Amino acid sequence: MKRLVYGLILGLLAALMWSGLTSAQGDGPRTVTDDEVNAIARQLYCPVCENTPLDVCSTEACRQWREVIREKLEQGWTEEEIKQYFIDYYGARVVAEPPREGFNWLAYIVPPALILLGVGILIRVVIVWKQAAAEEQQLAAEAEPDEEDEYIRRLEEELQKRR
Amino acid sequence: MLADFGFGILLLTFIAALYAAGAALYGALKDVPAAVESARRAMLLTFPLISVASAILVYLLATGRFEVEYVYSVTSRSMPMYLKLTAWWGGQAGSLLFWAWLLSLFTSAVTLRKWDRDREFLPWVVVVGSVTLAFFLGLNIFVENPFARLWSTVEGIGPHTFRPAGGQLFIPQDGRGLNPLLRHPGMVFHPPLLYLGFVSFTIPYAFAIAALVTGRTDDRWVRITRRWTLVAWLFLSLGLVVGARWAYDVLGWGGYWGWDPVEISAFMPWLTGTAFLHSVMIEEKRNMLKQWNMLLIIMTYDLVIFGTFLTRSGVLSSVHAFAQSAIGPAFFIFIGLTFMLSVGLLMYRWHDLKAKEQMTSLLSREALFLFNNLLFLSIFIVSFWGTIFPLISELVTGQKITVGPPFYERATAPLFSAMLFLMAIAPLSAWGRSTVKTLGRIIWKPALLSLLVPLFIFFGGIRQWAALLGFWLVALVTFVTLHEFWRAARARQKRWGESLPVALWRLAGRNRRRYGGYIVHLGMALMAIGILGIEVFQTETQRTLSVGESVTLEDYTVTFRDLAVFDTNDGRRVYRAVMDVYKDGQYVDELHPRVDYYYDSQQPMTIPGLRSTLVDDLYILLVDWEQVSLQNSTFKVYHNPLVKWLWIGTLVFMLGLFISLLPDREPAPVRVTARSAAQPIRR
Repeated sequence: MKRLVYGLILGLLAALMWSGLTSAQGDGPRTVTDDEVNAIARQLYCPVCENTPLDVCSTEACRQWREVIREKLEQGWTEEEIKQYFIDYYGARVVAEPPREGFNWLAYIVPPALILLGVGILIRVVIVWKQAAAEEQQLAAEAEPDEEDEYIRRLEEELQKRR
Repeated sequence: MLADFGFGILLLTFIAALYAAGAALYGALKDVPAAVESARRAMLLTFPLISVASAILVYLLATGRFEVEYVYSVTSRSMPMYLKLTAWWGGQAGSLLFWAWLLSLFTSAVTLRKWDRDREFLPWVVVVGSVTLAFFLGLNIFVENPFARLWSTVEGIGPHTFRPAGGQLFIPQDGRGLNPLLRHPGMVFHPPLLYLGFVSFTIPYAFAIAALVTGRTDDRWVRITRRWTLVAWLFLSLGLVVGARWAYDVLGWGGYWGWDPVEISAFMPWLTGTAFLHSVMIEEKRNMLKQWNMLLIIMTYDLVIFGTFLTRSGVLSSVHAFAQSAIGPAFFIFIGLTFMLSVGLLMYRWHDLKAKEQMTSLLSREALFLFNNLLFLSIFIVSFWGTIFPLISELVTGQKITVGPPFYERATAPLFSAMLFLMAIAPLSAWGRSTVKTLGRIIWKPALLSLLVPLFIFFGGIRQWAALLGFWLVALVTFVTLHEFWRAARARQKRWGESLPVALWRLAGRNRRRYGGYIVHLGMALMAIGILGIEVFQTETQRTLSVGESVTLEDYTVTFRDLAVFDTNDGRRVYRAVMDVYKDGQYVDELHPRVDYYYDSQQPMTIPGLRSTLVDDLYILLVDWEQVSLQNSTFKVYHNPLVKWLWIGTLVFMLGLFISLLPDREPAPVRVTARSAAQPIRR
């Protein structure tokens, strides 16, 4: 019985050591593919190569930035952490859109506000036009033919005859 | 000597343009026809003068006269002759001269027209044309002289128009050469096409200003400039598409449009110009929106100048670069002055331009065109704000920020979708009045048919809602437009007993503006297929391969066969890979992605290996390679579905525009006898 207990304990220890070994292997630097690097790099812009995303920029500086992304990914950093790292070092211009904070909110608010204003103006213009058209029609319907106009009187007569 | 002569001619042209503006102004204000005629002749004189100056510059470029700073900066001995010639517009000073040359050509051409009915417009058209010309010539003379030569002085070597005290002429052995990115057939045609578009819009603007000053509130200026506007729009559109093709072939990022501020600067006048193109039809048909059309053409003209300012002033790099450059403030002042004067004039005539007609239906064609205008202007607002916001941010907070593709794509995608929807229904509505019932009666058949397309692709396994919606809208535009052709041709068949092909042919001949416009819409729908394909379905992968290894993307397998390195006699070191392409296991093609390294400018250029079919494009870039053994190289492979339809759509679009530009065929004369003429008309 004792042998069995010792055997179980030894087996358990061996299993724990094995699992510890394998998990230790899993925590080490993992292999990062170019595609993983590019997935983050395409959201970043280096300060020198204006308006060229980092994933396609062929300069040496951008190549080094991509290597930094690879290293960070190997160390287990998340996408957001890596982006924040570049923002902290080089400023907000490295990301494809202005961060949604402070003055930058204007970038997001002004276009829809102006477009809504345009829609409002358009609706108002159309309403005014339609009202004017309706009033004109009403006036035309109410208008009596000028009795003194001989031509209109004869025309009305002719039309009456045709009916 | 020749450079001095060129500068002298440029100076004379500038004086002629100033004289034309002054004489035309005097003639118009004091009612002196002789002065106006003198101004017209001075305007005509600018063209041969500036042509001589341009010919001198082109000669200097072709013969490699590197003592001229411009020649030194944009050419080199190893460049092929066609690139030396097109280097005319390859740099700042030359491109400004090219702009002025085109403007002189167009304004001279317009002053040669018959002015009998519109004599009062002439002086003001000359004023606008010559003031704009004088502005660009002034930039060439005072700021960016293409004829300045390199002089060696105690302060060093630098460009000077005239010999500085104690200066010795400096003649470099070779030039710096054109930027490698610009050494592509696309770049040979892209700038002239854009400039042709830009400059052509000056003509409708000049007539609009003439109409405002003279108080002619009828639509005569719109009718005179209809073709100019179409020509301007054609060239601007072509310039944008050729630029997109160049980006696809040269920039090496697998796409054609990156929402770059330089791209947007050409896109903005296109947006307001397209709104104008639709909106003037309302003025012609319904005598409405006169004030709006004036505002649109003023905006288009100033956006043309603004686009040139953005790309030429250095403001996009930094607001401080703008302040330091001499050209930036000059542009800024010119844009400000012309915009304020034009809007001031418009305000002055505001009441006179009020519409007599009223809008009676929200579904009438004029109402739908108005919504179309709103959409174009909305995209313009997004583009404009996205372009200038980084500058405002830098100015106010000192912080530089980037406004990149995600911002524009998110904001404009719904607007473009709404535009496609309007493109489908607007041509069906009638001028004056349309109801849901009348529209529904015409549209229900093609609309029902169009629903089959998203259903078909849904059951084909595609689940992205953007693709389903996009392809439905494309199908709706296509089927509605084709149905319109079908309805009209059937009507002709019944009326005249013509066969269907003959009926279709004659249809296009009778109302070219309308049916040309329909073909333009079809072209746009095809272009939308290409845009949807690449935007929604593009995939990519990057892999380092040893010789003989493969990478797989979608249905394609690409095998790296070898990499060769060699020098060419035009000054390049070429790194060229050979890739075998297999589709579904079958060998289909051999592609050669390469990198060209230019010795003179010390810049690399990435040229993709491209296999293009109606279904998809396989696009391979050589990213990196092992320098010594050449056995391992890194490749980026893109799969771009349907993108070829973007270029096919452009061809259809051009065909439609050409048809729109042709004058309508006059109806065949009908022989009328005295007896038949005397008969009362029976209904």
